[in-house]
Amino acid sequence: MADNTSAAQYWKANIRLVIGCLIVWFVVSYGCGILFAESLNSIRLGGYKLGFWFAQQGSIYTFVFLIFFYAIRMNQLDRKFNVEEK
Amino acid sequence: MSLQLMTYLVVGATFAVYIAIAIKARATSTGEFYVAGKGVHPILNGMATGADWMSAASFISMAGLIAFNGYDASVYLMGWTGGYCLLAMLLAPYLRKHGKFTVPAFIGDRYYSNTARLVAVVCLITASLTYVIGQMKGIGVAFSRFLEMPYEYGLFIGMAIVFVYAVLGGMKGITYTQIAQYCVLIFAYTVPAIFISLQLTGNPVPQLGLGSTMTDGTYLLDKLDIILVDLGFAAYTAQKGSTLDMALLTLSLMIGTAGLPHVIARFFTVPKVKDARFSAGWALVFIALLYTTAPAVGAMARLNLMNTIQTDEVGSPEGNLSYEERPTWFMNWEKTGLLQFEDKNNDGKIQYYGPGEEFAAKAASYGWQGNEMVKVDRDIMVLANPEIAGLPNWVIALVAAGGIAAALSTAAGLLLAIASAISHDLLKSVFAPNMDDKTELMASRFSMAGAIVVAGYLGLNPPGFAAQVVALAFGLAASSLFPVLMMGIFSKRMNRAGAICGMLAGLGSTLLYIFIYKGWFFFQATAMLPDNPANWLFGISPGSFGAVGALFNFAVAFIVAWSTAPPPKHIQQMVENLRIPN
Repeated sequence: MADNTSAAQYWKANIRLVIGCLIVWFVVSYGCGILFAESLNSIRLGGYKLGFWFAQQGSIYTFVFLIFFYAIRMNQLDRKFNVEEK
Repeated sequence: MSLQLMTYLVVGATFAVYIAIAIKARATSTGEFYVAGKGVHPILNGMATGADWMSAASFISMAGLIAFNGYDASVYLMGWTGGYCLLAMLLAPYLRKHGKFTVPAFIGDRYYSNTARLVAVVCLITASLTYVIGQMKGIGVAFSRFLEMPYEYGLFIGMAIVFVYAVLGGMKGITYTQIAQYCVLIFAYTVPAIFISLQLTGNPVPQLGLGSTMTDGTYLLDKLDIILVDLGFAAYTAQKGSTLDMALLTLSLMIGTAGLPHVIARFFTVPKVKDARFSAGWALVFIALLYTTAPAVGAMARLNLMNTIQTDEVGSPEGNLSYEERPTWFMNWEKTGLLQFEDKNNDGKIQYYGPGEEFAAKAASYGWQGNEMVKVDRDIMVLANPEIAGLPNWVIALVAAGGIAAALSTAAGLLLAIASAISHDLLKSVFAPNMDDKTELMASRFSMAGAIVVAGYLGLNPPGFAAQVVALAFGLAASSLFPVLMMGIFSKRMNRAGAICGMLAGLGSTLLYIFIYKGWFFFQATAMLPDNPANWLFGISPGSFGAVGALFNFAVAFIVAWSTAPPPKHIQQMVENLRIPN
């Protein structure tokens, strides 16, 4: 196992990454999909009104992207702090 | 070939596959029974999680909800997918690192207390059992409609199938069967959607078809808005409910998803921590395939339904479909009582319109005496959809098999979660700690069989509250299990007293709020306040209260934990270890 200071740094980097991802998660679903959906609806994406699109399509695509982004970044962190599983 | 024969063949073939897989993947140790020997590839595990997660509610009900609630139903789409972000970032990798078989086992270890473990067992069983009743009912309904046999027989056949592959195979058998079930259900869901999208918009991708133009050049969603508003309904893409309630319901469903024990247990089955993170991503990919298709299915089904009934201009003498000329699917669903027509003005034609006040005057001037489609059950939309669009029989048979696959796979996952809580967390840890592996395996098979019988019995005598039950299952998982799991990882200071009080506060407040409006233990006569927005506290519906319950859980846990002694050193060390993968 890594020593204490590097473990603490690893955890800090992890928390920062999680918070970043969750901000995007919140903005896309609660922001674009619910709170500001009505104002976004004046913009159109083909036949979709934008707020409606975020609520029924866009947020789901973003969630998928976020998880993979998080998983890939965590793998890099694991390697950087040398905490990869054998 | 007749539809019924075709359905027997397709459903029978899928059952044969499930049983064959179960026999090949029999569990021979408790490790295989509870967590499939921790050897499942992350992509396959993602697929199994998808089937585990997507129940009859996702497959059958959701698109129907979207069809009739339009934009407001987005809460289900976001709520039931967004939870995977929480799961992947806040729970799954750490729980996998801990390496135990069950959710209560983690809570018991982390909070160094068998009491905490028992409270978690109670939360788990209540949430899972309420959820499984709905699945059993779904199986019964699918059988009774498509195989034209009594509801009870359908239920018994479903129980027998689950019994064979879940009791024999345990998590190992369930995992590989769920992979097959995922393939069946996603194929069954997307094929009709592709056909219908092609018919209406010429675009074979339903996700794009929904945003495309129709043959007359107008956008499909615009056209739907116009038709609905013209007939006195609310516009499809407009918001109807309160924003606060929408946000809270979305949050409840998200936290509930992340806290449901049968979903969490799936992440115990992968070999590494890294795999747990990726597996959550793959699970969401497979779920998103269905969840991004559902809005297209809903909107297109609604459009087809409106166009079937409103054949010409609103108010014109030829505007409405004559009852005599109604299509076959209409007659079939009338027989089930889920679709009902009442000729209020005795003109032999079907008038289907909404409650808009402005339109009421117009309707009166046409000589209409009220909406004549007195019942259009939302749950029939997905099942009736291929018939409404006039698709071939094999597609309809496929949808039946898909609905049954969705219900069976979720029921199996839930039953396993219940069985492992009883055999591993209750028997092994509290009553018979010296039980050897073989006896425990036997005990888990017996508790699984017992759980199936109880679920079947409740499915035979459903208290008549399918929708509320699902809300309760999510509310329970959200308000009781998710907060203590999360704090167990992210707060070293959280201790035994805090966790136990938190779980009880979250669970208690949520149950209380639901029971006040829905009746004590769902006996409606005992409801203390009428269940409508005017009576709800701050306009929060009982289904959305799980998010508030979770908040109580966090708050109570923090207050109690900070006013009592911190957890012992070795527990704090354990949390440190959880946080790093190696």
